[in-house]
Amino acid sequence: MQKKYSWYSLLKAGLSGQDWDQAIPLIQPKSKYDVIIIGGGGHGLATAYYLAKECGINNVAVVEKGYIGGGNTGRNTTIIRSNYLRDEASSLYEHALKLWEGISEDLNFNVMFSQRGVYNLGHSLQNMRDIERRVNANVLNGVDAVVVDANEIKQQIPIINTSKNARYPIMGASYQSRGGVARHDGIAWGFARAASMLGVDIIQDCEVIDIEVEEGRVKGVKTTKGEIMADRIGCVSAGHSSVLAKMAGLRLPIESHPLQAFVSEAMKPVLHTVVMSNAVHGYISQSDKGDLVIGAGIDGYNSYAQRGSTKIVEHAAAAILELFPIFSRVRMNRQWGGIVDVCPDACPIISPTNVEGLYFNCGWGTGGFKATPGSGHVFAHTIAQDKQHPLAEPFHIDRFKTGALIDEHGAAGVAH
Amino acid sequence: MLLIHCPYCKESRDQSEFSPAGEAFIARPKSPEGISDEEWADYVFYRTNHKGNHWEQWVHSNGCRKYFLVERSTISHQILQVAPFGARNSETEL
Repeated sequence: MQKKYSWYSLLKAGLSGQDWDQAIPLIQPKSKYDVIIIGGGGHGLATAYYLAKECGINNVAVVEKGYIGGGNTGRNTTIIRSNYLRDEASSLYEHALKLWEGISEDLNFNVMFSQRGVYNLGHSLQNMRDIERRVNANVLNGVDAVVVDANEIKQQIPIINTSKNARYPIMGASYQSRGGVARHDGIAWGFARAASMLGVDIIQDCEVIDIEVEEGRVKGVKTTKGEIMADRIGCVSAGHSSVLAKMAGLRLPIESHPLQAFVSEAMKPVLHTVVMSNAVHGYISQSDKGDLVIGAGIDGYNSYAQRGSTKIVEHAAAAILELFPIFSRVRMNRQWGGIVDVCPDACPIISPTNVEGLYFNCGWGTGGFKATPGSGHVFAHTIAQDKQHPLAEPFHIDRFKTGALIDEHGAAGVAH
Repeated sequence: MLLIHCPYCKESRDQSEFSPAGEAFIARPKSPEGISDEEWADYVFYRTNHKGNHWEQWVHSNGCRKYFLVERSTISHQILQVAPFGARNSETEL
């Protein structure tokens, strides 16, 4: 059905009128699977891929209510890094970053992963103390990180404003050279294509309307395309996790908020790296197409509307202009919002639940994109073995009962 | 952008004057020492996160600085009603 992509196939298709095979077949669901994954975003597709590739479970369906990668996977600012403070979090994100480094070859799909480095700026003495602490923690955990001062930043990024007269002068930064960006829908398509080549059914335009539970065991799901049975179900639906949990009679320690981003018109290369600042709260990179990709913060109220308030966008724009006055005349092209599932400790839940056979991978909040391959990998192992992958163990939902929270608020930078 | 009516100032003002303050009607357990870890976790961390009409708290932070209740749709953001604290204690009560 599908052929391997190579320079030869590219040349051949280029000369023969771009006659490509369909990457992912459009199919109807079967009545029964071994595992159903609810949510066809990056994390869900990655889960299905690793279930088929590493866990020997090929009879898997991914059900997606829209189209694959049309949710948060296609709505984020594509920043990838692993410089988190806490051991548990940095191990998980570093696992993901290592997978990113080989993912294009693994999936036979160019996800345009570009390790252009990530700067996290500090604007006060306390910021710098926090940055030094985090960099030291990163180095101890085997994550590459260095502290750089304002002069080095200016050398690397000539357009940044390091003047001492700035309202919030830049004093230094942490720098992770292995961090960077990737093509966000590329990773969804790549995982979807690779998973479907391994026999996974990817069913789009198929919304789950109920989860069937009998005597504490999950039985299957009711969808807009009929009933589908499975003994094991993984929910990877980001902003709608609480809605799915409610179908199974559960509650989650999660609230859904809008997170916004916007891009400018395309321009010539001007910013070769990723710059983030928690203190003024903005983050920016330039895409390969040439547009500036700028991320804002979340709105404080609950929402499922995929749009947020103007004042949040204004705030992010002000922060970016504080760092880069040169962008003051840049015109913005598009602006959008996604619904993020925020946990009280800003860390994900990768966990079995009180319903046997029902697993949740959620709560990634504002920073899930960078974890896509790692999240899918540990979640696949968690589902396949009915036992948490060692890296996922600290992210059990019971941590809210035991109090063993992994407090990453501010630690690794509120801005993701 | 929301236009919020403060039940104390009795004026509809721009959202930028207000701050959201979370889900409404979460009552502190009456006997904290007598409840289980699950019940504590539910009170402190677990939320309804309702998709649809949702009762929440807002504070008029750049105005009278008082907290009040708002029923708002989390799908359309439309505000259905506002009420001062004490006017009701649960979603079902009228």
